[in-house]
Amino acid sequence: MKPVRVISGNVAALDRADVDTDQIIPKQFLKRIERSGFGEYLFWDWFREPGFPLNRIEFHGAPILAAGRNFGSGSSREHAPWALQDYGYEAIVAPSFSDIFRSNCTKIGLLPVELPEDAVRELLDRAPDAATIDLERLIVTLPSGREVAFEIEADARERLLNGWDEIALTEQRIVEIERYEAERERDGPNTLTV
Amino acid sequence: MAPRTMFEKVWADHAIGDDLLYIDLHLVHEVTSPQAFEGLRLAGRPLRRPDRTLATADHNVPTGPGQPDELSRAQLAALKRNCEQFGVPLYALGHARQGIVHVIGPELGVTQPGMTIVCGDSHTSTHGALGALAFGIGTSEVEHVLATQTLTQRRPKTMLISYQGALGIGCTAKDLILGTIAQIGTDGAGGHVVEYAGEAIRALSMEARMTVANMSIEAGAKAGMIAPDETTFAYLEGRPGVPPDFAAAVQRWRTLASDPDAGYDHTIVVDVPALAPQVSWGTNPGQVVPITGSVPEPRDDSDQRALAYMDLRAGTPMQEIAVDRVFLGSCTNGRIEDLRAAAEVVRGRRVAATVSAMVVPGSAHVKAEAEREGLDEVFRSAGFDWRGAGCSMCLGMNPDILAPGERCASTSNRNFEGRQGRGGRTHLLSPAMAAAAAVTGRLTDVRELVGS
Repeated sequence: MKPVRVISGNVAALDRADVDTDQIIPKQFLKRIERSGFGEYLFWDWFREPGFPLNRIEFHGAPILAAGRNFGSGSSREHAPWALQDYGYEAIVAPSFSDIFRSNCTKIGLLPVELPEDAVRELLDRAPDAATIDLERLIVTLPSGREVAFEIEADARERLLNGWDEIALTEQRIVEIERYEAERERDGPNTLTV
Repeated sequence: MAPRTMFEKVWADHAIGDDLLYIDLHLVHEVTSPQAFEGLRLAGRPLRRPDRTLATADHNVPTGPGQPDELSRAQLAALKRNCEQFGVPLYALGHARQGIVHVIGPELGVTQPGMTIVCGDSHTSTHGALGALAFGIGTSEVEHVLATQTLTQRRPKTMLISYQGALGIGCTAKDLILGTIAQIGTDGAGGHVVEYAGEAIRALSMEARMTVANMSIEAGAKAGMIAPDETTFAYLEGRPGVPPDFAAAVQRWRTLASDPDAGYDHTIVVDVPALAPQVSWGTNPGQVVPITGSVPEPRDDSDQRALAYMDLRAGTPMQEIAVDRVFLGSCTNGRIEDLRAAAEVVRGRRVAATVSAMVVPGSAHVKAEAEREGLDEVFRSAGFDWRGAGCSMCLGMNPDILAPGERCASTSNRNFEGRQGRGGRTHLLSPAMAAAAAVTGRLTDVRELVGS
């Protein structure tokens, strides 16, 4: 994963609430067994609707996507963050995210930024005006120059800042896992013998 | 010790330090796993616990005659290859135990109270109906569990949804959960593990409880749990995966229920007797009204957009809405009791001439059981299409999809734009309500049919 520190640039505005992962990447593209190349399928149906905001030329190439509340709801498909990242977004800013989507983003280095409604409103209304997201300081600088703080889990922030592989980090705790298995693991179903 | 909720007990039992959670059971399917297995291969990592991992093919399998397309075949072949290479047991297409991952877990008895269960699928919350902590994860996390049998997790908040009073005639678990999502919204339980409790939950069968827990994610919840009780133990007894010393296991499972004075971060109360059979009108599962109601006035842009997509006008009585298709199945409502409930309504009636209706059992086992009971004949003779097991038209990855503009009464869990096929329009409802719509050709209050 590439380290994430400061993301600065234009903002693309998708002023809709409850954008679900079925819209972000429809099911017909989940048959692929690769991890890359999903960008061209992003918002497949919506991009083909007249007036879809992200078709506006001034939003093309923006590294930041601003959207309404409950972004990424529905299916757990990581294909959704893969598609957003592959399309070119580096951060998504919204008043709230669905839990699984948010978690999926932090695993691949796509930064989910939760901001108060009024701050997101400024981004949406002034888009494509540029903003800056500083993960080190946990501050978003809005187009007006106003600075707004945001939060992200400390461990996710650390991983993102350093571009660390989460599995490698957990593997460093193998002794703890082995101790759990030796001392605390419950008898459970053995899937090999069911 | 301070009183604890069921969630807190299961969490404490599996926490390693304050940010790692041990996973008892990892369920795997063909769509969200190929990149995870590939990740293991690229890093040269072994799969830590094949004996705690179980795979099936469900999302992308055909349910009728005919072969899957080339991409689907490649995905199914990848699952087979990956399971062989890493030693994971696989219930592939054609296996007597193949089926939707959330149907076969409980069916096999590998889903048990007090366990932590994950799967690369958001409806993993289904397993919480048995008192497990079960939730959906993404592919990176699938890889993490395959490699380490753990997940990095922050402890979520807790929410109690307390159901007061009993369900009326013709109302089901599906109506309970749709009514709940309508009440609290699609992100009403965001960041929370929900515990469903109260008289109406206690009275539900095990399979009906799975319908409730299944749709936790539709209210944004991390997971949904129901305390195990006699209903749970009776359901599990004799299933292949349960512990050899079943009595001892039951003893332990009895201690899982939340302590009487345990506190929750939030509590919601649902007035159950006030619920009529529910049906969705829009494009998210919070846009739901009673079948006795009308298409509501739009309150915001989302509603406005949903009305346009669904081609509906505010004020239209729900029962005047004609349907083209009926889908009975999914991890929400594809179990044997769901099929029985629908068959009860269908028996002695015919699918309306304007409707094409299909039944997709949740598993090969459910299908076989239904055929033993003669339910397939009830459906077939009424004009339903009787299919093989899989996710089918719930998400439409296989050929079972709506044509643009078609309107479907569906027992599935999501009414998102295009969910069942590009341009398709979905109305979520219970199996009995779906059966009623099939025979009348429009959304129908099932109470009018069963009353007569």
